[in-house]
Formats: sequence, structure tokens, C-alpha cells
Amino acid sequence: MAGLGAFLKGLRVTGKVMVDTVFGDGLVTTKYPEEFRPKPQRFHGRHVLNRYPDGMEKCIGCELCAGACPARCIYVRGLDNPPEHPVSPGERYGYVYEINMLRCIFCGLCVEACPTEAITMTHLFEMSTSNRGDAIYTRNELLMRPDGSVPHMFPEDPLAKMSELATADGWVRATAPSGVAAYEGVQAWQGTPGPASWAPEPTQEELDA
Amino acid sequence: MDLVDILIVVGRVLLVFVLLLLTTVFNVWLERKVVADMQNRVGPDRAGPWGLLQTVADGLKLFFKEQVTPAKAEYGMFALAPLLAIVPAFLMFMVVPFGQPFTIAGRLVPLQGTELNVGVLFVLAMSSLAVYAVVLAGWSSGSKYPLLGGVRATAQAISYEAAMGLAMVSVIMFASTSTVGGSLSLSDIVAGQAGTYLGFVPRWNIFPQVVAFVIFFLAIIAETNRSPFDLVEAEQELVGGFHTEYSGMRFAMYQLAEYCNIFSMSAICATLFLGGWNGPTFEGDVPTFVSAILPTVWFLIKTYAIIFSFFWIRATMPRLRYDQLMQLGWKRLIPAALVWLMVSTVAISVRQFGLPWN
Repeated sequence: MAGLGAFLKGLRVTGKVMVDTVFGDGLVTTKYPEEFRPKPQRFHGRHVLNRYPDGMEKCIGCELCAGACPARCIYVRGLDNPPEHPVSPGERYGYVYEINMLRCIFCGLCVEACPTEAITMTHLFEMSTSNRGDAIYTRNELLMRPDGSVPHMFPEDPLAKMSELATADGWVRATAPSGVAAYEGVQAWQGTPGPASWAPEPTQEELDA
Repeated sequence: MDLVDILIVVGRVLLVFVLLLLTTVFNVWLERKVVADMQNRVGPDRAGPWGLLQTVADGLKLFFKEQVTPAKAEYGMFALAPLLAIVPAFLMFMVVPFGQPFTIAGRLVPLQGTELNVGVLFVLAMSSLAVYAVVLAGWSSGSKYPLLGGVRATAQAISYEAAMGLAMVSVIMFASTSTVGGSLSLSDIVAGQAGTYLGFVPRWNIFPQVVAFVIFFLAIIAETNRSPFDLVEAEQELVGGFHTEYSGMRFAMYQLAEYCNIFSMSAICATLFLGGWNGPTFEGDVPTFVSAILPTVWFLIKTYAIIFSFFWIRATMPRLRYDQLMQLGWKRLIPAALVWLMVSTVAISVRQFGLPWN
């Protein structure tokens, strides 16, 4: 008889779960290709190379990202800017920029190392390829388009069309962007990659208040 | 016996056949959906509306797959066993009435495959035959896991067939004394459950025979090899049990037979205990067509209530250990069925002939 009680108790549990799933909010599944779970703002997705609002590339080919990378997956070669058509406002620009996405551990140290916020991370994570060569992202795939959107390795991929590619939320991390001491230690985040056009941050005094 | 009679018979058989196939397609989907809901999952929802065509897609896939025959298999038996599974599964439902008899071309047509006066015995015979398919499949595969599954099937079937038969005896005894004349025909048993007790409780056999119902219900779960009595196919221990070596259409036949058996057994349970197609037809208040179809609707609702509890139990209970299975069968269900048989015999005799000292 004790077994019968346990039996009914078990039936009650499954019955409750079923009612929750059908009529309530018990369902935990997200039907992925059609709907996306909201991702955290600082989600570490694939990288993107940003541009300034005037279209200039932010990367100055300093290779600090490559030096910071613990997986050694970034390969950068800088080249002097051609004086008549400068690619970046600095002395040099990233002539070759490659990230091997198979080796990348998405730690974000490259983003932190970058002195010009040229490399940031997006929310895009659909990076499967059918061969290893395609997993090495070059400037073609990394550099953002002039309209601020992120290029995709396979634009014809149906998944690329269904994904959030059009609204690729990335983030830019900036500490004391203007070099003002009042901003020291303040981090700012913006929703989209590309031209840094976020609102002025609160100063340290405002934060303390 | 003229052409119309033959056509009616063919139509009835086809109707049963199509009904079983359609409900199988639906039941496989329903089981996956119900179990998914009980596990906070979505379940099949890709093929067709709400994934209803998932079973059709699976069937098509299996149809085109290779039928592998193990090198050590006894080929003739190996090929025959799935047929042995599917034929009794279809035949079993033939004797179950699933609707009110209706008149067509001046003839009274009962809505069942065939009107058999020993319907209950036929059901018992067919459910026992179904075990042969499992045993022979296990033996003829020439492989160890299927053999173990087949051996388990034998023992399980023998243990639970007895309890099931005894539970049936008491309900049939009750039914045959409470209505006009004794009968083993399922349509007579349904007819005997028409009406109500005290004006509002339906005269279903479950109310006086509740113990028999519980025993019968447990026995049909075991008989159809459903969880928690699915030791025959026990995926975790026996890979797939008797159908380990089966693939393609032969495997599909076993699946089809399993779900046909579930439906037939639930239908028989509903017929014996839940009043079959009995239910309010609202004759006169609704169009004739509706009141003609309503008994079938009641029958399906009752059957699906039982099928749903099959799925519910499957989603809830872990599989029994083998000795627990045997203990439940021999030490609990069979004695309980025997005691209940005696109790209901005494009760029926007293009702029929009065107290012995009077």
C-alpha cells in the first residue's frame, strides 16, 4: 500500500509538469533557429573589426591583440598607411588580420588589449564551417561593412539569414575614452559594434553621488 | 448472402483496419508529445501541423531502409515473426464493438469487425499469440540480447496472462448474471452496461468490479510490454530486446503491432469495464447524424483515457526489476484476482439465489 502511495505521488509530479508545460510556462525549450534566447550584453561571440564613423579602420596593426592572445590564434601584419589614401588614422593599419576561430577560446583578451577598440566581440555564434580553412577569418570576414553591419562567412547560408546578423549586437568596452581622470575605472558599453557613438558616461563624481 | 452483405463485411473489415492504422499513427505522435510535455520538452513539432505527420515520416523512412538479416539468423522464422506480431494485433480489435449498430439497406450493421459469440476468448487467444512473435523473433535472430528478451517475454506473458484472464472471468461472470443470459460476446457485454445505477451513476462494470479493473489494467500494461513492464525490450540492459536485430520495415511492423496492441487492449478494457460505446446520444435534441456518431466518440474518449494513463505511467515509473515483475505477477496480482473472483462469485450467487440459509 505504501508503494501505491508513492505511485500516485509520482503520477502527480508528472501530471503537474505536464499541466505546467502545456498551459503554464514550464516549457524550457527555445525553438532555436526560429527564436533566439536573449543573450547577455557581454556575450563573447565572434569578433569584428570596427571602423570610425568616417569609415576609417580603427586597427592600427600594433599586434597587441596577437600578443595578448593565449591561444595564439590571431595573426596580424601591419603596413604603413599610404599617405594619399590612409586606411587608418594611425601610422600603420592592419594589412593582414586573421583569427583562427577553431583555436580561439573567446576569452576577450584581444578586446581588452586593443588600444583603439578596433577589435570587439559580437553576439554572433553560428560559425560552423564544412572545412578547416573556412574557420580562419580574414579581413574580409572580420572587418565591418561601411554601413556598420557585420559580414558573415557564408551570406547565402539559410542560418545566416535566420540569425541576428542584421542586428548583430556587439559591445565596445572603453575605459576613460577621453583620457579624463574623472572617468578612471569607468567602463561603458554600447549595444552595437562600429562607430563609437555612445552617450557621455557618468563621471566618477556622478557615480559616487 | 448477396453482394450487399459481402460489401458490408468488406467495409467493416476495412473500417477496422483503417481505424487501427490511423490511431497508430496518431498514438505514436501522442505518446511522444505527452511524454515530452511531462518532461518539459516540446516533442515532435516539425512534420505537419503540431508534428502530426511525424509518424508518417518515420514510417516512410523505415520503409526505404535496408532490412538487415544477421548471419546467424534463422531466416524463415526471422522474416515471419513480424507478421506474427502484426496479424494478432489487427485481429484482436476485430471483435470490439466501437459504435452503435446502424441500419443500412435494410440490414442491421454492427460497428465492429465481426460479431463473435466468443469474443472474449478470441481476445485472450490473440493476445497470447502476440507473444509468439516476440519469442520467435528473439530466438530466430541468432543473437544473445534478443534471445534474452524473448525468454523474458515468455515468462512475463505467462505470469500476466493468468491474472488478466482471472480478472476477465470475474467481470464476465458479473456481466452475464446482471444482464439477459450469459455471453462471451463483447457487444453483449457492452449492451449489458447500458443504463444507470440510481439514476446517475452509469452501469459500468468498473464500479462493482473495481479490483478486477485494476488487475486487468496492470495486466494489459504488462501484456503490451509497456513501461514499467517493458523488460522485453529494455533498452538499457538488452539494447532493444527482441527487436535488436530488426531494421527497416520489419522493425516498423513491430512498432505498428505494439501500438495496435495498446489501442486494442485499451479498447477492450473500455469495453469490459467502462461501458464501451455507451453514453448519452441526445437523440432528438441533435441531428440524427450527430447522435449516430456520438457512441463512437464516447468509445474513443474512454479508450484514449486509458491510453493516456498508459503514457502517463510510462513517463512516471522506472522499469521494474525482473524479480519484482515476477513477484507482482505471481504473489500479488494472481492471488488478488483469485480472491476477487471468489468474492464476486459469492456476491453474485447471493444476489442471484439469495442467502444460503434463507
